[in-house]
Amino acid sequence: MTAQAITSSAAIDAAKRRDEMIAFAVMALFLLVAPAIIYPFFLMQALCFALFACAFNLLIGYVGLLSFGHAMFLGLAGYVSAHMAKTGAVDIGPLHLHFGPVDPVLAIVCGVAASAVLGVITGALAIRRQGIYFAMITLALSQMIYFFCLQAPFTHGEDGIQGVPQGKAFGLIDLSHQTTMYYFVLAVFLAGFLMIHRIINSPFGDVLKSIRENEPRAISLGYKTDQYKLAAFVLSAALVGLAGATKSIVAQNASLTDVENAMSGQVILMTLVGGLGTFFGPVVGAFIIIAMQNYLAGFGQWVTVIQGAIFVACVLAFRRGIIGEIAHRLGLSL
Amino acid sequence: MLDTASRPFLEVAGLESWYGESHILHGVDFNVRRGEVVTLLGRNGAGKTTTLKSIMGMVGKRKGSVRFEGTETIGLSSDKIARLGVALCPEERGIFSSLNVQENLMLPPQVKPGGLPVEQIFELFPNLKERLSSQGTKLSGGEQQMLAIGRILRTGATLLMLDEPTEGLAPVIIEQIGHTIGRLKAQGFTILLVEQNFRFASTVADRYYVMEHGKIIDSFANSELAANMDKLHEYLGV
Repeated sequence: MTAQAITSSAAIDAAKRRDEMIAFAVMALFLLVAPAIIYPFFLMQALCFALFACAFNLLIGYVGLLSFGHAMFLGLAGYVSAHMAKTGAVDIGPLHLHFGPVDPVLAIVCGVAASAVLGVITGALAIRRQGIYFAMITLALSQMIYFFCLQAPFTHGEDGIQGVPQGKAFGLIDLSHQTTMYYFVLAVFLAGFLMIHRIINSPFGDVLKSIRENEPRAISLGYKTDQYKLAAFVLSAALVGLAGATKSIVAQNASLTDVENAMSGQVILMTLVGGLGTFFGPVVGAFIIIAMQNYLAGFGQWVTVIQGAIFVACVLAFRRGIIGEIAHRLGLSL
Repeated sequence: MLDTASRPFLEVAGLESWYGESHILHGVDFNVRRGEVVTLLGRNGAGKTTTLKSIMGMVGKRKGSVRFEGTETIGLSSDKIARLGVALCPEERGIFSSLNVQENLMLPPQVKPGGLPVEQIFELFPNLKERLSSQGTKLSGGEQQMLAIGRILRTGATLLMLDEPTEGLAPVIIEQIGHTIGRLKAQGFTILLVEQNFRFASTVADRYYVMEHGKIIDSFANSELAANMDKLHEYLGV
């Protein structure tokens, strides 16, 4: 009987893995052929936001930390990578380095590094508090970063950084070709997505989930939970940075839009609509919100009202979000 | 140098604790020797759970002295105390509901060598082996209790503090838990037990301390239990 029980336990695990693998294969296949039917620039933009939402979900969905300021990582990484790809000049205090326009991949790496460093600084301050106080600290810090981006000379204030060259990735792959750029962005997105999946399914991910559920208990088992929360915060910031940096190379510009509070709100909306704490929910949520902004642009200001209505409907009718609800109804792990 | 066998394994002296403004423990003194099963008895609100939480460093403010294997732990954080080899199985069990049985079991870090191997934990609690992939939420009360005890056995902790492990459980499960405590004691674990059910405690304990209003008011050995029965009835109001 025990042997049967263990076999069935293993079977449940295998079924869970199979559900996730099938869903991943369907998503990857769809994204591979999607540019044939959907405008690639829209897809690239949606993929960047999908990665943004997935990285945000790592923090809210699996550690239970609601950040109201995640746009600071998206925006800063965008500015840094756009600046590096365009001018490659580093002027900080006595440091004056002029590399000239750098490889887009290196520019993205610089953007990710900038977000990670910002993540360490803001995370170290914010994780000292929980709940609404954590949210307020991240909000305040993101406002400071917004002000910095408005004032710092390299961001060009209201004008932003325009005409960022797309260049050649690794000096070989010409990203100015739209299809090539699309598959480059898809590779970045899938790598980021799989990394998040790996983090969540690792023993480290289990500790994060235990902190979300009962932090005092996790501490009394012997974990320094602050270190785990900070590590998760920095990972999330770096992955958001990856999304922001890639987005600035795709759109060839970096502007204040990506660092505004409204953007921090958008990512919460994407994650909730898709399904908090699900792997695929934030991707679906991001595609829906970005599609609405693009294809309902004709409604002007009404897009915001429609978004608000969808948000209210989501919270009232299906709080698990779209993917969360589907997974629950079908008994799947998504 | 003191002989390690005669030196108290856990030595609590003048322990005072507060939850916010409320002063809960008013100078608790007791000790536990290596390999003993010691039970704290007392009415609801006497401060038994708070004593365990204070030893673990899980209360707002505490004063006094808690020495574990000679190390003063009063100024240490909860995670550091756990790393010394003190483990608490709380009354509410604290199973992580989004993790399955296996993940819950493997989650606590190994703090010392000498923890029980997983096979031995399954031998103590065969039910857990059958429910490895079940989510924490889908376990019965008894299974949750087994998991809560099981997962601290793996860590190598040498002092196990069990807070009312029999609360709300069926007699057959209580019997199984009593049997488990006996086996753990035989393996050399030191156990500090909090119980309201002294009939259960009498099957496993070596010594008792009775608490009231945040203080220890009496203590006796298991062999003196019969002689102290009248007093106990008075203390516990049973």
